[in-house]
Amino acid sequence: MQNIIEINNLTFQYDGDSPNSSAAVEGINLQIEKGSFTVILGHNGSGKSTLAKLLNGLLLPTEGSVSVDGLLTTDEKNIFEIRRKLGMVFQNPDNQIVCTVVEEDVAFGPENLGLEPSEIRKRVDSALETVDMTEYRFAAPDRLSGGQKQRVALAGILAMEPECIVLDEPTAMLDPKGRKEVIETITRLNKEKGITVILITHFMEEAENADRVIVMDSGKITADGSLFDVFSNTGLIVNAGLALPQSVELLSVLKQKGFNVKPGYISPKAAAKEIYRALKGGTL
Amino acid sequence: MLSSFTLGQYYNTTSVIHRLDPRFKLLQLIFIIAFIFVCKNFFALFLMCALVLIAMLLSKVPFRMYLRNLKVILPIVVFTAILNMLYVNQGEVVLFSWWIITVTLDGVLKAAFMVIRILLLILISAVLTYTTTPTELTDAIESLLKPLKFLGLGELVHTLAMMMTISLRFIPTLTDETDKIISAQKARGADLESGNILSKIKALLPILIPLLFSAIRRADDLADAMDCRCYSGGKGRTRMKKLVPGAKDYITTTILIVVFAAVIVVGKVF
Ligand SMILES: Nc1ncnc2c1ncn2[C@@H]1O[C@H](COP(=O)(O)OP(=O)(O)OP(=O)(O)O)[C@@H](O)[C@H]1O
Ligand SMILES: [Mg+2]
Repeated sequence: MQNIIEINNLTFQYDGDSPNSSAAVEGINLQIEKGSFTVILGHNGSGKSTLAKLLNGLLLPTEGSVSVDGLLTTDEKNIFEIRRKLGMVFQNPDNQIVCTVVEEDVAFGPENLGLEPSEIRKRVDSALETVDMTEYRFAAPDRLSGGQKQRVALAGILAMEPECIVLDEPTAMLDPKGRKEVIETITRLNKEKGITVILITHFMEEAENADRVIVMDSGKITADGSLFDVFSNTGLIVNAGLALPQSVELLSVLKQKGFNVKPGYISPKAAAKEIYRALKGGTL
Repeated sequence: MLSSFTLGQYYNTTSVIHRLDPRFKLLQLIFIIAFIFVCKNFFALFLMCALVLIAMLLSKVPFRMYLRNLKVILPIVVFTAILNMLYVNQGEVVLFSWWIITVTLDGVLKAAFMVIRILLLILISAVLTYTTTPTELTDAIESLLKPLKFLGLGELVHTLAMMMTISLRFIPTLTDETDKIISAQKARGADLESGNILSKIKALLPILIPLLFSAIRRADDLADAMDCRCYSGGKGRTRMKKLVPGAKDYITTTILIVVFAAVIVVGKVF
């Protein structure tokens, strides 16, 4: 399958001049497949946001290169095309909505692309429909809940018809309900529209639907694989400064005690099935 | 504490006035205000009163909303009235005289004239703000100033409109935040009410500084978000909604012109 993102030997340093300061992102090689759902985990300051901003040219590599759909971020004339193809949603829902009316905010991106009014209208309506916010199209953003604001931000990106969406801790400031709304929407976009998703998060349960999990620690990738493989290696997760999901913790304790279980299941349901299998030798 | 403060005062309903093109509405307002000022006699002023009253009726905004506006400026109205009554003391008919105070019929009429003017001014402005969202107003201003692009000021006009939009968007957010900071500082025992002016200003610093930091942070985030959505100024940018004037706009403008002509004739303006 084709790769949408190619990262070669990428290093980034915030104060590029002083040679002895440490790099926020160091020596990363990474390819992301079109249509995949990747989750990036890592503790505070491990370089996740820095990596995200390097993906669409908000930051430019100190060393190495990043290309999106074959376009290098270092080439200035590619930058708008890259940003159209690779949309980005940030953590704070308040700080990424520009306009005072929901539908006008969703129109902001397509307006910047210089599209025809009728085309913008079509995209705005369909993006609001996709994130299930049509009934709020005339609302003022500051009256919405966090989850709703985040879905408006997502609609604003969708209206640019991107191939890939990068979300940097989109649920960090939301309550459980808002978190669920946003994660469900993202998952649906990936499964139904085939949009490549890169989800940066602190909440390991959100990795549940991922095809691939990447763990970052001090600017480097320390684990990269399927959800099951990454979470089976509990030592590595703990070393990266992350707290194990409860179900994984339970399974790994059971394993230590001599039960024949594999610890890589993060959803409580899957973990229950695994324990049942180990105890009864069948399926739940 | 601050949350009762809302920007603009849009009253959500559907009326002819609500549906007028905001550019027409804005220009019409400017001309109405100008004509309220050029009225020289009661006949002309009466015409303007009728005009404002009809606009208020057509706006479908309840009268108590307008009254609320008037209440705010009541002190100014009273002050103007008294000042005019006392100041004007020519005229034969003396209504009242005591010590150095003389109130003449002319003075009373003059005061009434001024008061009506001020009331009309407030009411007609309220018609605009009740029937037009701040966003529509911003769009109207941007569109009306568009001809400035021939002077090479196109980008400036766009930037100003963008700044207005962002301000309108963030004022409620920052207002909420100020409330939170005030509560947080109060919870830590900050005393914001007592003391002289100097100590009050000093007490404000622990509120202003966190607010400023947060505003800068938000600006930084917003700049990233706007970059991500391919923002590059007004050049090459299109709009989803185009302002298109309709029959309503031309008809109301025609009516206004007729009223203005009448004001000029009966008011012997020129
Ligand atoms: N604007 C900046 N200027 C200088 N250093 C920065 C800047 N932003 C981040 N850093 C540093 O770069 C490193 C990586 O930060 P980054 O924000 O990428 O981490 P993160 O994984 O996103 O953390 P978090 O989970 O807190 O969001 C940190 O050591 C941080 O202190
Ligand atoms: Mg981060």
